[in-house]
Amino acid sequence: MRPGVYFVDGGIACAEGALYAGCRFFAGYPITPATSIVEWMAERLPQEQGYYVQMEDEIASMAAIIGASWAGGKAMTATSGPGFSLMQENLGYAYLTETPLVVVDAQRSGPSTGQATMPGQQDVMQARYGTHGDIAPIAFAPWSVQEMFDFTVHAFNYSEQFRTPVLVMADGEVSYMREPLQIPKQGALPITNRRSLTSKHPRTGEIFLRYEMPKFGDGHDLLVTGSAHRPTGVRDYSPRYHRATIHWLFEKQKEAGKALHQEGLDVESRHLDHAEAVIVSFGAAARPSYQAVLAARKTGESIGFVRLKTLWPFPEEQLARLFKDLKRIFVVEMNMGMMVREIERVGCEAQVIGIPKVGGEIHRSSEILQQIRG
Amino acid sequence: MSQQTNPLGKQQEYYRKRYLRNLPTAFCTGCGNGSILGSFVRAVDALIVEKKLRKRDILCVSGIGCSAWIPSPYFKGDTLHTTHGRAIAFATGAKIMNPKLNVVVFTGDGDGAAIGGNHLIHAARRNIPMTVFLVNNMIYGMTGGQSAPTTPLHVRSTTYQRHPEPPFDLCRLALGAGASYVARWTTFHVDDIIASMKEALLHPGFAFVEIISQCPTYAARFFNEYKDALTPKEQEQFQRSPGAWMLKALKGKRTGKELDHPRYELTLKDRTIELGVFIREERITLTETLQALWK
Repeated sequence: MRPGVYFVDGGIACAEGALYAGCRFFAGYPITPATSIVEWMAERLPQEQGYYVQMEDEIASMAAIIGASWAGGKAMTATSGPGFSLMQENLGYAYLTETPLVVVDAQRSGPSTGQATMPGQQDVMQARYGTHGDIAPIAFAPWSVQEMFDFTVHAFNYSEQFRTPVLVMADGEVSYMREPLQIPKQGALPITNRRSLTSKHPRTGEIFLRYEMPKFGDGHDLLVTGSAHRPTGVRDYSPRYHRATIHWLFEKQKEAGKALHQEGLDVESRHLDHAEAVIVSFGAAARPSYQAVLAARKTGESIGFVRLKTLWPFPEEQLARLFKDLKRIFVVEMNMGMMVREIERVGCEAQVIGIPKVGGEIHRSSEILQQIRG
Repeated sequence: MSQQTNPLGKQQEYYRKRYLRNLPTAFCTGCGNGSILGSFVRAVDALIVEKKLRKRDILCVSGIGCSAWIPSPYFKGDTLHTTHGRAIAFATGAKIMNPKLNVVVFTGDGDGAAIGGNHLIHAARRNIPMTVFLVNNMIYGMTGGQSAPTTPLHVRSTTYQRHPEPPFDLCRLALGAGASYVARWTTFHVDDIIASMKEALLHPGFAFVEIISQCPTYAARFFNEYKDALTPKEQEQFQRSPGAWMLKALKGKRTGKELDHPRYELTLKDRTIELGVFIREERITLTETLQALWK
């Protein structure tokens, strides 16, 4: 769509963000509440000389975008809970083979089919630990339609910059909610494009990859494998090579964390001056949380607001700094208490109190107020 | 045997230098995978010499299992060694994103017909231009001889004393799903395999070639069932080369004509497998229909 202001749902914003970032391949499988992303991509991609393919399941969707990424395109898929579970094995493949791509999970209330059309935030740990083996993911958590657009653009940039899958952990609420969306002019938001292959191994002349991403069909004789391998792609199960690979994945995540902090994409804080307590939240749950903070401050309570824009890498240092002199930290999330455990680890001396809610409804600000006053 | 005295030495050296990575083989002695890799590089070389194919356009995709090791790491070209059963789905993404690639999938009977069966039938239905070489050794070799969907009824595997299920006829599956080129050979028929591979690689649509292969390590145990019925000479042959004996015992029969229902009998009494090219048709492909949406 042309630059301008539109009144659209989060799914459309996400899809437009992907197109803005240069996504030209989308493989998907219909699932609520990610359908508006899928349908919008299906309509828009051919207009941009791109490809939308509806695959036979989410396993195949994930596989197809990995294949497309190695064939040279910016690729993406979008799904929800059950589909995200199915994608986990191939997502692990993408982490190990360092394939740039974007996966959007419009989280719904689970487990299993659960409340198919209703929002949840129960996949945040699956984003971190879902696939078998050690991975070091990057995951964004948008809380508005505008952020569905912006974070999808950022997700593509980080995936290209660090050669890794990046997750956008949306939820049913932000995916179906309608709000004004500002689409910026081309070039207003920075776009990271793929770094083509330049570096060769200093001694052997073999391809030796760090952040450069080669593609099929260029005569590089690429060896891509999900087995443990040397930097050249040759399978090798010896401890030192695989250890180096895994350490490298974690190193990349750390670097990404630094970059996220520099760009202000890790944590957002408001009203923290002289605050004794704080409400921490993310995604759709942060909306009533912020309302509760505003209401509490009207009655003179000194309470602040912290929102996680990035769930993973978990912004530990940043949060530890923000939490330093606080007495109480409330963690509002739509699950039985997941991120609260992470907060506890950096909560310094403050008392950490979870305000969980399940059942497919987002919190009411009155409920949150009741809990923090209780 | 030294290179000088081996009459095939020079020829092997030619293919090895151009098309293979210099790595030790992981295949068992007598395994059919070597013949398949040899046939593949010969087919590819012939097409390159005829200027019908560029080596850099070839992308070999494979899943998990012994068959996956045929192209990866041995074929010196672009290779994508993926997760178990998903090779065709990975290949679909690569082919659509870059239609210039000549995408070749190597898969096995476990990889392509059990865990990956769904991707196989949908790729055939879509008629996406790619070639699938399904190596059917009737067993899970890499994990040590467990029953596969292609294991003959009543033979012994490491998971069943008497395998209780009938085997899958994969050519009929591919024909039913809409593949526009379907052929079946055994590793005994290398010339036919090479001819079929050449045809399949140039086929504008989804090509499926089933290659019946021998697993002398595990599947050879099936034939213990028949041991008592063998003459001492046959028993000696079996002991010496179980792989070769297996192929003989399977009684592959060339048909020379297109068939909707090629015979595939693998019972103790009747072991007849009809071989040949069963269909070659030109139909509209997925890459064409997707690009038609651009207008």
